[in-house]
Amino acid sequence: MSAGSELNWPDRAFPTAAKELLQNTQLRRNVRHATDVIMRKRAHVVNEMSDWEALRESGSAIKRHTLRYLDTYLVQFEQACTAAGGHVHWAADAAEANAIALSLLKAKSATEVIKIKSMTTEEIGLNRSLEAHGIHPVETDLAELINQLGEERPSHIVAPALHKNRHEVRDIFARTMHLDSIGDRPEDLTEVARQYLRAKFLRVPIAISGANFLIAETGGVCVVESEGNGRMCLTLPDTLITIAGIEKVIPRFQDLEVFLQTLPRSATGERMNPYNSIWTGVRQGDGPQEFHVILLDNGRSAILHDHEAAQTLKCIRCGACQNTCPVYRQTGGHAYSSVYAGPIGAILTPQLYQLERGSSLPYASSLCGACYEVCPVKINIPEVLIHLRGQVVAREQATLTGELGPWNLGMKVAAKIFASGDRLALAQHLGRIGQKPFVGKDGFIDHLPLMLGGWTQSRDAEPLPPQSFREWWSKREKKDPAQKGGGH
Amino acid sequence: MDVSLFITCYNDTLFPETGKAVVRVLERLGHTIDFPRDQTCCGQMHWNTGYLREAVPIIRHFVEVFRDAEAVCIPSSSCVAMIRDHYPKAALESGDASFIADVDALLPRVWEFSEFLVKKLGVEDVGASYAHRVTYHASCHSLRSLHLGDVPMRLLRNVRGIELADLPSIDRCCGFGGTFAIKNADVSSEMLGEKMASIQETKAEVCTAVDNSCLMHIYGGLHRQRTNVRTAHLAEILASEEARA
Repeated sequence: MSAGSELNWPDRAFPTAAKELLQNTQLRRNVRHATDVIMRKRAHVVNEMSDWEALRESGSAIKRHTLRYLDTYLVQFEQACTAAGGHVHWAADAAEANAIALSLLKAKSATEVIKIKSMTTEEIGLNRSLEAHGIHPVETDLAELINQLGEERPSHIVAPALHKNRHEVRDIFARTMHLDSIGDRPEDLTEVARQYLRAKFLRVPIAISGANFLIAETGGVCVVESEGNGRMCLTLPDTLITIAGIEKVIPRFQDLEVFLQTLPRSATGERMNPYNSIWTGVRQGDGPQEFHVILLDNGRSAILHDHEAAQTLKCIRCGACQNTCPVYRQTGGHAYSSVYAGPIGAILTPQLYQLERGSSLPYASSLCGACYEVCPVKINIPEVLIHLRGQVVAREQATLTGELGPWNLGMKVAAKIFASGDRLALAQHLGRIGQKPFVGKDGFIDHLPLMLGGWTQSRDAEPLPPQSFREWWSKREKKDPAQKGGGH
Repeated sequence: MDVSLFITCYNDTLFPETGKAVVRVLERLGHTIDFPRDQTCCGQMHWNTGYLREAVPIIRHFVEVFRDAEAVCIPSSSCVAMIRDHYPKAALESGDASFIADVDALLPRVWEFSEFLVKKLGVEDVGASYAHRVTYHASCHSLRSLHLGDVPMRLLRNVRGIELADLPSIDRCCGFGGTFAIKNADVSSEMLGEKMASIQETKAEVCTAVDNSCLMHIYGGLHRQRTNVRTAHLAEILASEEARA
C-alpha cells in the first residue's frame, strides 16, 4: 500500500490548505475561542503545581528510557497481557491493523461496533475500512460523534470537533437525526447525544478503543476520558479490541503517577480526568470476556532509528502544543492534512510517511518555541522541525529541479556572500543599486520579485539605507583612528 | 571592557542606526568597542530553513572571527539563540575537536545587548531619556531561548520621560519566523494582524524590541496599513538623550 492511501485526507501543501481555511472566519473564531479557554484553564492548574518542571522531566525521562528499550517492554507487555487472558496482535502497518480488526469482528458476525475516541484508528482509517466491509462503526465520544454525523475530519487530537461551535453542532444533529426542534445549549446537545448513544451501548456487544498507556509490568491498558462513554464501552460489551501505537507502552504501573498528573492538566486543564479506566486482560463474570490488543507500528520503528527525531514518540497526545501554537490558532487543524495537526503533527506526520506525505509541514511553524515550553514530556519540537527541514532540503537537493530551484540557488549564493566581510560589503553595494526599480514614491518597497513577493503581500519593506553599518564604522575609524582602543 | 560588536548581517545591511546606538550606549558607559571587519552572519537563516550543510562554514567563520573576543555583544536575540542553541550541535556533528573546543570556550562570552548591560555589566540605568509612549514586544527567542524575562523592561523603566504601555498577549509570536514569513506568507500575515491590533490597543507611538527582525515585520505591516506607530530597537531608545522636558 502506498503511503497514506488508507487515509481519507487529501495530501495538500500546508500553505495552500491554510490559505483556504483562513477565509473561514467562523472556524477561526471557534478555534481561537476554544484554544484560549483551554490554555487559560491549563495555566491555572499548571501554575498551582510547585513540582511541574520536575514532573515534566520525569515524564520525559520515563518515555526516553522506554523508547530505548521498547522491544523489551513490548514483549513484556505481550506476556503479561496474555497471562491475564488477553490476546496480543502485532500490526506492521495500517492495512495489517485494519485486517486484524476486521477478522476479529467478522468472527463475531458483527454488523456494528461502538468506538471510544481514538486518533490511532483515525490514523489507520479504520472506519472507512470497516464500512467497506459492511460493518458500521459508531463513535461514542461526543466530538467524534459530531464529526462522524457531520462527515467532518478531526481537527484536534483531544477535542476533534474543536472547529465547530454549538450552533453548528445543533444543525448537524438536527439534520442527521431528523430532529426539528432541538436547542443549542450544551445540555440540549448532550441530551440528544445521550439518548442516541445509550441505545447503542445497550445493544452493540463489541467495542473498539485506543489506549493512553499500555503497562508492561501488568499487561494493563489505561484510557482516560471526560464523558463516561469510554467506561460504557469498556464494561458493557462482550468483546473489546484495543488498537494502540507501540510507543504507548510504559514500564511500570507506578509510572502512571507522573502521567496521570501531567496529561489531564495539559490536555483539558483538569486536575484529574473524570474517568480513569485501567483493565488487565479479562475477569470472569465482569466486563468483556474476550479482549484483544493490536499493537501498531505503521512507521514508528523507523522514527526510532533517527536519533534526533525519536523524541517525537515520547508524545502522550495531550494537545497542549496545538492549543498554544500561534499557527494552529490561525488555521485550525485541517490545514495540516493529517489527523495529527499542530506542532506535534508537523513533526509526526512527515515522519510516519518518510516525508512521502507532509513535506511542507516542518515549515508550518515560526519556530516560536511555545510548543516546547508547554510539552509535558519535553519534546523539543522546534529542534525536530529544523532537523526535518534539513531532510527536506537534502531530498530537494538530490533532484535537478530542487538543485536549480530559487530557494536552493538563493541560499547557495547567500552562503557565498557570508564567507567574508568584503563579500558582504560588495553584496550590500550591489543591493542598493539593484533595489532602485522597486522603491516607490514614499521611499518604501511595496512589491518584490520572485519568492520575496510573499513578504510584500502584506508588508512594506524599507529599502537598504545609503550607508551600511560597516561603512559608517570605516569612515568613523578613518576620521578618528584614536577612537579605536580609547574609551570615552 | 573591550567589547566586540557582532552587528549581525541584517542590522549591518538594513538597520545601521541600531548599530550606531549600541556603540553610543556602550561608549557612554566607558567601554571600548571593536568591530571585527570580517564578520558576516551567524548562519541562522540557513540553519533554520534546513540548509544545515551550507550553514556550517558560516558558523565556523563566526567562531574564527570572534574566537579571541573578551565579550561579544549582539543586538539581536534570535542570533544569540542561534549561537547558543545550535552551534554546539553543529560543532559536535563536525567531529572536529578544535571546532568543538572553540565553540565551548566562546559561548559564555556571547551576550545579547540588553542581557549584556544588565547581567554582565550590572547596569539598569544607562542615562537615556526618551519622551514617548512605548510598548515593548518580547521576541520569542528573548523569552523562550534566552529567558531574558523582564531584563529589557528593567532598562526601559529607567529611561527618563518614557511612558510604558504593556502589550497584551506579549508572549505570542508576531509571525515573522525568518523564511516562514515568505514560505507561509498568508498565515504569517494573519499572525501579524493580531500582533498589530494588540500594539494599536496600547496607543503607543513606538513599539520596541531586542530584535529588529520582528520589528521589520511589524513595521512593514504598520506602514502598509498607514498607521503612525513607529518601531525602534531597544538600543535606539537607550541611546537617546532627548532634551528633558
